[in-house]
Amino acid sequence: MADLPRSSSVSKSQWNGLKIAAILIAAVLALPILVVLINVLIADGEVWRHLYQTVLAEYISNSLLLMLGVGIGVLVIGIPCAWLTSMCDFPGRSFLSWALLLPMAMPAYIIAYTYTGVLDFAGPVQAFIRELTGWRYGEYWFFEIRSLGGAIVMLTLVLYPYVYLMSRAAFLEQSENTLEVSRTLGYSGRRMFFRLALPLARPAIVTGLTLALMETLADYGTVQYFSVNTFTTGILRTFYGFGDVSAASQLAGVLLMFVAMLILLERYSRHRIRYHSSGLKKASNRRMVLKGGMGSIACCFCLLPILVGFFIPVSVLAYWAMFKAENPGANFIQLAWNSFYLAAIASLIVVSLALVLSYAIRLNPTRSVTASVGIAGLGYALPGTIIAIGTIVPLAWLDHRLIDFVRHYTGDSVGLIFSGTLVALLFAYTVRFMAVSLGAVQNGLGKIKPSMDMAGRSLGMSPYKVLIGIHVPLLKGSVLTAMLIVFVDVLKELPATLVLRPFNFNTLAVRAFELASDERLVDAAPASLMIVLVGLIPVILLSRSIASHIGSSK
Amino acid sequence: MTLLSSHSMLKELTLTNVSVGYDGGAVVKNASFQLMEGQIGCLLGPSGCGKSTLLRAIAGFESLMTGEICVDDQVISSQTISVNPEHRHIGMVFQDIALFPHLTIAQNIAFGLSAWPKEVAQQRVMYLLDLVGLTGFQARYPHSLSGGQQQRVALARAIAPKPKLLLMDEPFSGLDAKLREELVPDIRAILQHEKMSALLVTHDQMEAFAMADQVSVMDAGVIHQTGSPYQIYHRPETRFVASFIGHGDFLPATVCGPDCVHSDLGNIRGELHHGFADHALVDLLVRPDDILHDDDSEFVGVIVSKWFRGSHFLYRVKLSSGKVVYCFASSHHNHAVGQEIGLSVHLDHLVMFQRQ
Repeated sequence: MADLPRSSSVSKSQWNGLKIAAILIAAVLALPILVVLINVLIADGEVWRHLYQTVLAEYISNSLLLMLGVGIGVLVIGIPCAWLTSMCDFPGRSFLSWALLLPMAMPAYIIAYTYTGVLDFAGPVQAFIRELTGWRYGEYWFFEIRSLGGAIVMLTLVLYPYVYLMSRAAFLEQSENTLEVSRTLGYSGRRMFFRLALPLARPAIVTGLTLALMETLADYGTVQYFSVNTFTTGILRTFYGFGDVSAASQLAGVLLMFVAMLILLERYSRHRIRYHSSGLKKASNRRMVLKGGMGSIACCFCLLPILVGFFIPVSVLAYWAMFKAENPGANFIQLAWNSFYLAAIASLIVVSLALVLSYAIRLNPTRSVTASVGIAGLGYALPGTIIAIGTIVPLAWLDHRLIDFVRHYTGDSVGLIFSGTLVALLFAYTVRFMAVSLGAVQNGLGKIKPSMDMAGRSLGMSPYKVLIGIHVPLLKGSVLTAMLIVFVDVLKELPATLVLRPFNFNTLAVRAFELASDERLVDAAPASLMIVLVGLIPVILLSRSIASHIGSSK
Repeated sequence: MTLLSSHSMLKELTLTNVSVGYDGGAVVKNASFQLMEGQIGCLLGPSGCGKSTLLRAIAGFESLMTGEICVDDQVISSQTISVNPEHRHIGMVFQDIALFPHLTIAQNIAFGLSAWPKEVAQQRVMYLLDLVGLTGFQARYPHSLSGGQQQRVALARAIAPKPKLLLMDEPFSGLDAKLREELVPDIRAILQHEKMSALLVTHDQMEAFAMADQVSVMDAGVIHQTGSPYQIYHRPETRFVASFIGHGDFLPATVCGPDCVHSDLGNIRGELHHGFADHALVDLLVRPDDILHDDDSEFVGVIVSKWFRGSHFLYRVKLSSGKVVYCFASSHHNHAVGQEIGLSVHLDHLVMFQRQ
């Protein structure tokens, strides 16, 4: 018999390379958070006392009020919309159930610019009122949008989809049997909702709420524009205005504490979701039909957040961009190109690393690898401002060591190789968006059962051929989705880009921010509109995947 | 390769002192057995006994701590040698079926035929589709097939490259009882038709008896006994095999001669298999069909519970000593719970273990 090709061992040692890679990636990605924490620890008490006496109270109270307001807002909009679209039937329900996700495409800072343009003193609404009544400045009261209240409304409008999404999934998961049993025990619609459906969905709702609150804490564009002093604005002002790394890190440390509490709450409630789903028959075909007036009210209630959170601002932006804004010409193309290639490179890097991490944990699920993947995914909760500071501090240090080194040996002068180039930006994006791409890739990889690998091997395929013949075609969709999500997130990202971009390098988001800061809201419209339109792609993908999920599990 | 004389069967698969395990310890300990060409073997045991691990070691997905695995007298696994799974030419059917969702049924079956000329592969696929009763399904995708149909495709895919040996890991566990009863004889017929040896892993003894020529009973990583279904049922070599296979009770008894033991049900005579000394205290294995209802017998017991099985009654009967045993009675002998009935024992060979 012919000699069989042999390998000396099938032991798992051949995957050690992946294991080491995973640990290295985690170590590098953990750098920003470590830098911030170390700066918190080594700072002297003087800095702390100064912060405490001056700004800390205002930052904390503003941040808390913002979280409180946004928290109430997203619950009040998100839960009823989720209940209505999942458990009731009324005119327009199927359209509304996915359209309620549309505001996710809208970065908070862009909706803030848009409504400021519409609602402030010089805007069309107040001008119309003045024309109609003849009142002049100071003679009437109008909602001041550039305030804490305004920021709460703006953030609520774009963040309620998190609560909507999570609670809707929970309501759909609730078994028809559970709800029918409660009927036989004499519970009617409203009591059933408050006594049974809502408590059952609570872990999911809390998860959605914590995600919305993390975004609230991370927001920079809105609060900065509305001059509401929170941690994010304070951190950047301290860092830029006073060049005080230590104080900025102190503030970042306090913000980090808030974030950590939210993470713990989120992990805890995600953990609880598992115990709350019964996995029995799904309640999708037995919807309560709302007739006549009730149906119209339900329809209007669900339509309102979509109109205010998406269609009105998009229409305004489109109108400005087409008829009012000065023609940006070649400059705009340059901006779009900058944004797109930056986002494309970032998504390639992030998804490649996510693939390495995902395969490391699949082939070698040891404690060290699992922990590494967990650490690598931590950045999703970190506000862009913290990541920016955690990136620029070590990279600038490295650059200066490098400059000294080169000058000492060659006499030449090299520039800022890391901190002054796209490297810093790409690194920050990788830290911030690793979790989303990890999620998408691992989700796809999870669908390839290990027995499929073995089936391929036992049919004569080498590991490489298994990868090409089975994994690549099955994983393609997930990888593309992951790249797309990262691409769009990078495009929308503001604070980290603002801090870390190379000198004179602008993206759509940065340019929109700059124009808005110069009170040229109308001229910011083309860039803003572009960001929103690109942001629509993942929202559409998301709503389609939800629709197919519900369709398949009818 | 040595040529064996024509009348003796060829050894297809030989395991010698195989231990498999991870850092913690051995999951399979010193497993040895042989499977002859054309035979269907079975690893039978409770879940967690290591049978699937042993199967995966044969397929090449686990490395050995000790021992060696040979196919056709050629070592494919040992401490130093491990032929990669793709070079073993061993087919495998997986518990979760594991069809490739992105490929059609025909492409799934043809997956292992990439080295074959296209037309021959095409013919092979068509032939196998016919063999598993799925002609006309070649362009469909796995998700549109029922569980039983997917199982047939998985089998066709595994045997397509004409492996010398087919491994099946709980292949029927995901199917309902009726489907399984239909599939088992079909698969047996297909394997015999293809002249293929196979090794099956299951925890279901009925499945093992229906499929296998040779059964290896495993528990806690150890193979307790390898033999024909008849042998392991009627001549179990260990207490575990005796209690795991079929219904049965251990009746306390004392050896009272070269072919005789004394028990609650009198002196029982039969062929003795174990060399116990006179007066040794033993447990005698009695199956339900060994104890018959007999009104003339001097030994009696009280019925504790009963099941009507159509052709017969199965009674649980309490003896005077307090020991409870199974008893078969024809379905005409309908007695109430609490009633006393006469019992007689009919044993050809005595299966006994040291009293515990």
